[in-house]
Amino acid sequence: MSARAHEVISALKKDTLLSLLKRNERLDGRRLDEYRDIDIKVNLVGKAEGSALVHLGGTKVIAGVKISVGKPFPDTPNKGVLIVNAELIPVASPTFEAGPPGEDDVELARVIDRGIRSAPMLDLEKLVLVPGEKVWTVFVDIYTLDHDGNLFDAAGLAATAALLTSKLREAKVEDGELKITDNVVPLPLKSVPVFVTVAKIGNKLLLDPTYEEELVMDARITFAFNEEGEICCIQKGGAGSFSYDEILQAMEMAREAAHKLRARLPPKNGANV
Amino acid sequence: MPMYVTHRQIVVPGELIAEGKYEVGGHVYSVGRKYYSKVLGVAEVISEEGKVRVIPLKGKYIPSVGDIVIGKIIDVGLANWVVDINSPYPAVLQVSEVFSRPIVTSKASLAKVLDIGDVIIAKVIAFDYARDPLLTIKESKLGKVTRGTLVEITPSKVPRVIGKKGSMVKMIKELLDVDLVIGKNGRILILGKDKDWEAIAALAIKKIELEAHTLGLTDRVKDYIKSLLEKEER
Amino acid sequence: MGVKGETVRLLDEEGRRVDGRRLDELRPFKIEAGVLKNADGSAYIELGNNKILVAVYGPREVHPRHQALSDRVLLRCRYSMLPFSVAERKSPAPTRREIELSKVIREALEPAIFVEEFPRTAIDVFIEVIEADGGTRTASITAASVALADAGIPMRDLVAAIAVGKIDGKLALDINGVEDELGEGDMPVAMMPRLGEITLLQADGRFTPDEFRQALELARKGILTLYEAQKRTLKEKYERIAKEVGEVER
Repeated sequence: MSARAHEVISALKKDTLLSLLKRNERLDGRRLDEYRDIDIKVNLVGKAEGSALVHLGGTKVIAGVKISVGKPFPDTPNKGVLIVNAELIPVASPTFEAGPPGEDDVELARVIDRGIRSAPMLDLEKLVLVPGEKVWTVFVDIYTLDHDGNLFDAAGLAATAALLTSKLREAKVEDGELKITDNVVPLPLKSVPVFVTVAKIGNKLLLDPTYEEELVMDARITFAFNEEGEICCIQKGGAGSFSYDEILQAMEMAREAAHKLRARLPPKNGANV
Repeated sequence: MPMYVTHRQIVVPGELIAEGKYEVGGHVYSVGRKYYSKVLGVAEVISEEGKVRVIPLKGKYIPSVGDIVIGKIIDVGLANWVVDINSPYPAVLQVSEVFSRPIVTSKASLAKVLDIGDVIIAKVIAFDYARDPLLTIKESKLGKVTRGTLVEITPSKVPRVIGKKGSMVKMIKELLDVDLVIGKNGRILILGKDKDWEAIAALAIKKIELEAHTLGLTDRVKDYIKSLLEKEER
Repeated sequence: MGVKGETVRLLDEEGRRVDGRRLDELRPFKIEAGVLKNADGSAYIELGNNKILVAVYGPREVHPRHQALSDRVLLRCRYSMLPFSVAERKSPAPTRREIELSKVIREALEPAIFVEEFPRTAIDVFIEVIEADGGTRTASITAASVALADAGIPMRDLVAAIAVGKIDGKLALDINGVEDELGEGDMPVAMMPRLGEITLLQADGRFTPDEFRQALELARKGILTLYEAQKRTLKEKYERIAKEVGEVER
């Protein structure tokens, strides 16, 4: 299908979708607050320090973690570095073009980055090798492989699952030199964030929108919750708006869903290393 | 059934204008029985008739079939010209709307008739948002402009230049012995015997544009023109 | 934690912030409409040390033509920081942050605009940050809304915006650069105030659900203050002219 055709939902389908919603039903039979089937596989890329492939309904996202020695940022000499990147690549959808990152790629990367950073998921202070000079730099690269809606939540699961199962090589300073051993330890982690996106269609709020539901939605809002139940990232997107009450309602929906999603993630600290 | 604004009050987008059974027009939207302004504009209230409308203070010209407009040729094609009519929609003047009989066309021969930069008085004969507006200059009083002074104002203020029952434009014509061709697209052509008097008319029109939202404008413009004429005589 | 291990207190014993404000106070601000000659609409805002200029062009022809939408206007927005607007010179090339902000600002303004009124045209919003000191995206939205109204663009309501932060564990309205950098959270909010609709909502840092609710409420108050100023500034020029020509007191 051409990009243009893929971006237009047929009027007939749209009508069906909307009339089902009026009865709180969806095209695939789910409830408004139900997620599609989730499958998470980790440690599938041997060359990466961490990796995860997430299937969320038809959406497929892969995240890889690469860790290397680098320089700290000048204003945080005693902290490791975290860099999150995301790309929507042409394999995933007729609407994605090859080329430099566009606004959707950038938004996805920065939202996942903020959630992970603010939670905070990584204990960056434990990633220092030689203070002020050498630190571990953790790269998280997220690639969408198949776009059937709700890329934020899928990317969030992929990035966090990959970090949860990442291997860090132990480092020691011997005779004034930094030696990196073959001994592996899990990444020092603090609080794991879970991302939940709520879509608004008309006056209905629903979780885990499919691609078609996203074509019809007025707006979306993504909340990330850390293990302590704090909100560590919010991002409203789309050309529509939410009423005050809808925002509060969306937050409650997201909060409940976050518990369930969290249960699907690999356990923290070491069980899979 | 409240009216929330006074006559000639300045209103902003989202401002509540009236509630209930009013005849509401202009740039207004309704939610239930409440009417809100869509634009930064002037509220015009005729309370005896239960009428209220909002006139925008700024905005682009959107063509309407039948409008007389003053356009500028910006491109010459093989069988048509592209005309700037001060609108987000560039207009097209086809050869068939210039000549009454069929002629052999080529870019070069078309440029001899109307070239880039030429000014025309035209009429909008077709416009739906799907395609660019179409013009004609085949009727009388339409065609290429060869002399005069052109002035451009915000299109929504054109009615003020005309005035109630034409009172403003009549006053300007009489005082300055000029003819005015008023384009709905905010362009006005001033044709006089004297370039200086054309210039005074242009200044007067600019003043109308600036003070369009105020009362007592006709008298003030009259005084203004008279004072400029006096300066001329000295 | 401050730079080089110093602990900078963002709140003193009397609850005053680094610039002397209370937790629920906005920085001093001013908004002006119609400041540029060429643009169809324009506005300038100062909020604390922020200085931001916005120009609106449109509706106008779409270039390239194939990007035009057949049934509505194409809204484009570019948020850009001038190289000298921040302490460390910023390269003129668009950064990822500017790309994201351009998107969320566009999505904050779009719900207000009657987009179906000008099919196959474009409205371009250009935001230039001349000096930045925390809260530039919300100040940009507040100014852009004024510029859009100044251009005569039909809208449901104006859009006003402000950011709420968390400093020393307490919620603070309109955080400045230092408070954003050293604080524990930043939540920018934009609303169509009369309609009560939220068009921008982001956050980083950590907020409990209760803090989130309180922060929204605090933002709403700040937004209403800015909204009054937006309305005043739009009407002011015309009301002044009416006064000058000797009309009766409005």
